[in-house]
Amino acid sequence: MAGSSVSVDLSQAMATAPVAAGDWLVVAPSLLTILGGSLCLMLRKNTDLQPKVGIGFLGVLVLANVALLLRVLDHGVITMVMGSWLPPFGIAFTVDTLGATLSLIGAIVAFCAGVYGAATVDSTGRRYGFYPFLLLMMTGVSGAFLTGDIFNLYVWFEVLLISSYGLLVLGNDRIQLDGAVKYGVLNLVGTNLFLIATGMLYGIFGTLNMADLAQKVASLEDPASGTLATVAALYFLAFAMKAAAFPVNFWLPASYHTPNIVVSAVFAGLLTKVGVYALIRVFVLILPASLGYLSDVISVVAIATLLTGALGALAQSEVRRLLGYVVIAGIGSMLAGVAVGTTLAISGAVFYAVHSIIVMTALYMMAGVMAMLGGSYDLRRLGGLYAKSAAYSAVFLVLASAVSGLPPFSGFWPKVMLVKAAFADDRAWLGAAILVSGFLTMLAMGRVWIFAFWRGGPEGTPDGKTASVTTVPADGAPQVSGGAVWVPLGILTALVIYIGVQPEWMLKLSTQGAGGIVEPLDYLRSVFGVPG
Amino acid sequence: MRTIIFRTIAPFLTALMILFSVFVLLRGHNDPGGGFIGGLIAASALAIFGIACGVASVRRAIYFHPMGVSGFGLFLAALAGILSFFKSQAYMTSQWLIFELFDVEIALSTPMVFDIGVYLVVVGAIGSIALALEEREND
Amino acid sequence: METGVVILIGLFFTVAIYLMLSKYLVRMLLGIAILGNAVNLLIFTNGRLLREVPPLIPEHLYVPEVVTANPLPQALVLTAIVISFSFFAFLLVLAFRAYQELGTDGVNEMRLAEPEDDPTPPQGY
Repeated sequence: MAGSSVSVDLSQAMATAPVAAGDWLVVAPSLLTILGGSLCLMLRKNTDLQPKVGIGFLGVLVLANVALLLRVLDHGVITMVMGSWLPPFGIAFTVDTLGATLSLIGAIVAFCAGVYGAATVDSTGRRYGFYPFLLLMMTGVSGAFLTGDIFNLYVWFEVLLISSYGLLVLGNDRIQLDGAVKYGVLNLVGTNLFLIATGMLYGIFGTLNMADLAQKVASLEDPASGTLATVAALYFLAFAMKAAAFPVNFWLPASYHTPNIVVSAVFAGLLTKVGVYALIRVFVLILPASLGYLSDVISVVAIATLLTGALGALAQSEVRRLLGYVVIAGIGSMLAGVAVGTTLAISGAVFYAVHSIIVMTALYMMAGVMAMLGGSYDLRRLGGLYAKSAAYSAVFLVLASAVSGLPPFSGFWPKVMLVKAAFADDRAWLGAAILVSGFLTMLAMGRVWIFAFWRGGPEGTPDGKTASVTTVPADGAPQVSGGAVWVPLGILTALVIYIGVQPEWMLKLSTQGAGGIVEPLDYLRSVFGVPG
Repeated sequence: MRTIIFRTIAPFLTALMILFSVFVLLRGHNDPGGGFIGGLIAASALAIFGIACGVASVRRAIYFHPMGVSGFGLFLAALAGILSFFKSQAYMTSQWLIFELFDVEIALSTPMVFDIGVYLVVVGAIGSIALALEEREND
Repeated sequence: METGVVILIGLFFTVAIYLMLSKYLVRMLLGIAILGNAVNLLIFTNGRLLREVPPLIPEHLYVPEVVTANPLPQALVLTAIVISFSFFAFLLVLAFRAYQELGTDGVNEMRLAEPEDDPTPPQGY
């Protein structure tokens, strides 16, 4: 401050060493999206310029995330403290392989959604703020993946939540208001539980920095004490609510099919996975002892989630609602990984999260294409799509096989890891549930394939003949097939195939990411500068 | 609510409240106050003006769309933290510019810019919600 | 002192959960507002209640002279208040719009997104 004559040693409270320019990559994802989002917000009337600015910023976001991941792989965990105030009092952004990987995949998906949105979001939707809200949601998502402070994690959750409300009611349809009410209320309760648990954690330890918390919890004499058990249970409930795990999953199928299809696509890809990420981060890094006694509960929840998701998908005839249940089944697989808790299982869960982000977004985009070609999202009114476009049918077949866990696509490897980890840990039931759920998901997706693509025409038309009626694209679906549809769908499908055929680098990233939080020595060293 | 007394007094009240909100905003760094609370006062000033004279006249008076205002605030707040990049310091490290103007010491700083951004975000966001609610009342 | 506040927090939670169990949206929103206040009070109490002076540093010093109250819970609570306030404002608008469009504030009657008479998927063709 002004009086520089008073000499006070600030080096105990503030970081004084110069920060390398490359370390700024830590805040770059959140910063870029805030800047881009606010620019789009100011451009609200200029609906032609908005997509260009929005997609441009999302493209830069992808590049920044690539650079960040490379730097993390090169230099190890990076920490940057906001305002130079040292942890545990200052807010630290700490990026390890886990956070950087998920942040990169999230950015790729958001970029694809931005491009796809140019085809599906009309000028009204743009004026109501599709691009600003998408970018600001990415602020929350990237911030949640990159932060090293648990209260800050709560704030990022809220940032992404309030932007997702904006996206959900885009267009103000009656059905959207219905879905948004349920989504809004239940998610708000979930974040309040998160806040309660965080408040109690602060009351016990007097710190909110994740690395500091991990150290303090590890040094406790009785790391499984009653108070901490309450905190752990609250965290589990809160993140399970975010991730749509079994007993608290009702908001997802009630709301995910109501907004514009591209909004459904990003939601299905990203939002629930942020919940899973938070679960992994909190339980593996901060409360590993609590994971020990909660793991049976998590196993049961995981099995129930796997089966509810798969059976729910079988019982739906609306493609988007069906996919909503498939999202839930995927969450079950990731929870199974958390329940087992070994390095292999956690890396399986991380790999599965990456796969699920990509494939679920692509499948919802594919649902949009189906509504464009067939004029409806309803399996009873769809049919003959193979005759209309063999190329789209091939893409759907790839995605459907990937989500069911068939080789040689991206869903196969994480499932192998998870099942292997479950059997190695004497949890045969869990492994069996993953396999059964995969089988049921395959049936559900196979039915979509048979009804929508393979048969000649919709219900009522004679089989084997192409429906003669020309169909009009459904509302909210892309109106014409073009680059804005093919580019995002192509990027995501290519990733699905590439990860399936060449899983080595993804295996390396997820193993390193999981190893980095199971043995958080590097993480602690990065935050405190000394070996923990 | 549109009594003549209220309609006459409302513009003065609004002006006074906005003036006070700026005062609260600027004293915020070392004393109780700040961007959020100042923004709330300004947003309630807009709301009062809206109740008295109608939402349309408020929208005309503030010229920019409230969401555009909050977008600008967000932009400003994010930008305020970037200055420290050029001094090789961490994001949001505060930078100070202190100079004397007519024998008065003036301290400009990035926290103040950040606070102004917060102020604009709050005015825009809360203002737009308040105006949206008032608009429906008059239907 | 803390015991009293803890009982108060418990009361807040009771009222909030009771209201949130209602099937009418307005009551649920009131419950959420009270829940937010309960959580804020909980964080505040978790930062320990002390009868100390406010954490303001005198002009000529860099560190406080005497033991002061813990300033961090205030910052946390302020953040939480800001967030829950904006959420509440948004949900209020949303509930009002839903009431206008759907003609009800009972969540049991909001079946537009998940219709009750949803037919079973096609069994074969």
